[in-house]
Amino acid sequence: MNCSSKEEEIYTPIPYNLEIPTLFTDKLIAPIIPTNNPLTVEGIALGKKLFFDTILSGDETQSCASCHNPTNAFTDDAQFSNGIDGDFGTRNSMPLFNLAWNFDERFAWDGKEFSLENQALEPVSNPTEMNSDWKTVIEKLQNHTEYPTLFLQAFGTLTIDSTLVTKAIAQYERTLISGNSKFDQFLLGETTLTSEEQNGFDIFMDEARGDCFHCHGSNNNPLWTDNAFHNNGLDSNFSDLGLGAITGDPADNGKFKSPSIRNLAFTAPYMHDGRFATLEEVINHYSEGLQPSSTIDPLMKKVNQGGVNLSSKDKADLKAFLLTLSDFDFINNTDFKE
Amino acid sequence: MKKFALILISSVLFFTACNKNKLDCCVFPETVTVTLKFTHNWDGTPITATDFNDFKFTTENGELVSIEKLRYLVSNITLDSQIKNYNLINIGENTDLEINFTDINQGTNNLKFTFGFADADNTDGIYQDLNSVSFNVPEMMGGGYHFMQFDGKYKDTNNEDASFNYHAIRAVDMSDTNNLIFEDTSFEVDLGTVEITNNAIVEVKVNIAEWFKNPNTWNLNELNTVLMPNFEAQKMMSANGKTVFSLGDIN
Ligand code: HEC
Ligand code: HEC
Repeated sequence: MNCSSKEEEIYTPIPYNLEIPTLFTDKLIAPIIPTNNPLTVEGIALGKKLFFDTILSGDETQSCASCHNPTNAFTDDAQFSNGIDGDFGTRNSMPLFNLAWNFDERFAWDGKEFSLENQALEPVSNPTEMNSDWKTVIEKLQNHTEYPTLFLQAFGTLTIDSTLVTKAIAQYERTLISGNSKFDQFLLGETTLTSEEQNGFDIFMDEARGDCFHCHGSNNNPLWTDNAFHNNGLDSNFSDLGLGAITGDPADNGKFKSPSIRNLAFTAPYMHDGRFATLEEVINHYSEGLQPSSTIDPLMKKVNQGGVNLSSKDKADLKAFLLTLSDFDFINNTDFKE
Repeated sequence: MKKFALILISSVLFFTACNKNKLDCCVFPETVTVTLKFTHNWDGTPITATDFNDFKFTTENGELVSIEKLRYLVSNITLDSQIKNYNLINIGENTDLEINFTDINQGTNNLKFTFGFADADNTDGIYQDLNSVSFNVPEMMGGGYHFMQFDGKYKDTNNEDASFNYHAIRAVDMSDTNNLIFEDTSFEVDLGTVEITNNAIVEVKVNIAEWFKNPNTWNLNELNTVLMPNFEAQKMMSANGKTVFSLGDIN
């Protein structure tokens, strides 16, 4: 028999249970919480502090929240976000909510980041984002008056490294849950829709008109996205290959992740390159602006006529429905803010 | 200021020398494990995810097609006296192409399943895993779930790319939206008996070409998109589906 034993002194952080909206528990499988990064009160608090702290950027002018602002459902209102050196990327910032329900854990517009923990490594060193490097960031955190204690409380160690920083941020990000819009309340029987909003929902669900539900969720999938990659007909020639640049498969060229259509009231401009400033432009795109290409999704119909040509009443109603998915509780939730 | 809890962790690991499963060495097993393996072909030419996104198959009616997405549901999968509720097969993502049965009795066993959900099982919104991958049918069409989502492109009469969405659901006649008429277009696939003498892999062959062939020669130029609310198209799909599945090798 082989026998070993060890004794260790550790601080135990308090386990935290997500407050999951009823519709999510009813309709969806459980959120993804990695076993090696369980949620704790201390871990989440640390992650929040880091998310809003400019210490992560090269010249200490930018935090994650600079491009992921709570009042914009954790995106920003710029077409391309400004990095610390005034360099612009070529992608629109993404809103952050319900990330623990991205079951395939493929993040970014092109799915290049696997898992939230890994994703959080990238912005710090990206030259068009925070343009720092992890060695410097860790040194600064380690010499900080508060951070070492906070890491001790959250992870039982005074030694800070990038793995623990990203674990804390990911814990915080998993608490960003949006599930209390007017439409959610309608589904729970707490409010009613106007006839325009109801008609808009019908268009969204109607295969002959909007046919949006095949990619953007439904009353039975309250994420309002499939978190999958499609070419929704924005271009015939791609300046950004999207998923195709990641997989190397030409059949993936021009494919991007379907965003959730929750919180559109706060997240303009739209699409991976922020090309549309308004929802009218988005709806016109689907109705008559589709561009043919070999990878356009087959769910895009009548492409040679630009789309299904919705009536102006249907367009207005579809927009009214989309706006019922705005969750004001989410953007005003003080728990999520500094 | 929060109080820290100080705890002691002791761990003792034991390793024992012999931990062999007695069944392995001494007793002949009376029950076995059977894996149902769904393989796909186009009139005999194998189809996997790598054959997607390419105009390489021709329908009975003569249209050249490219498959981009193909996932379908089988339910009440029955072998011996065991029943599995349902399984969503996704060829493009190469997921759930196999169904495992354990504790199957050796001997002659019946194998059958339902394509899609029969009405009794097709309740709106109740399957969380299927909701999570957006396999639902809108409530305005009676709710429940897709049986199949088969999306791709075909070359139209001008030799231009056009979309098809061959989506199978429970047929619904929507001519009076206040009074929907349904017809259960799920169907049973009875593969007959299989002889199980040992742990085995039983192949279920799925000939995709049959969806366009028999008894209805499918014309994609006429029936391509918006087929979910098309009552007649749904009945034709159901009829064509009956020759799609057959029993393959048992290994
Ligand atoms: C300069 C602006 C900027 C900063 C700063 C920034 N981001 Fe982002 N973020 C973006 C952009 C742009 C994308 C989309 C990237 C892409 O698709 O290539 C993105 C994508 C993401 C995503 C993927 C969301 C999804 O649903 O797939 C997450 C998560 C995220 N950022 C978290 C963070 C965190 C955590 C930080 C701080 C460590 C941070 N971001 C800092 C601009 C920024
Ligand atoms: C084939 C799947 C698919 C269908 C069907 C579809 N979309 Fe999209 N949608 C996408 C993808 C993918 C994107 C992101 C595309 C990009 O940025 O390149 C997107 C983006 C959007 C956006 C922008 C959101 C943002 O945050 O930037 C809105 C709004 C939207 N879609 C609404 C709709 C509506 C309304 C319909 C129905 C008329 C619809 N979509 C149908 C896949 C789809």
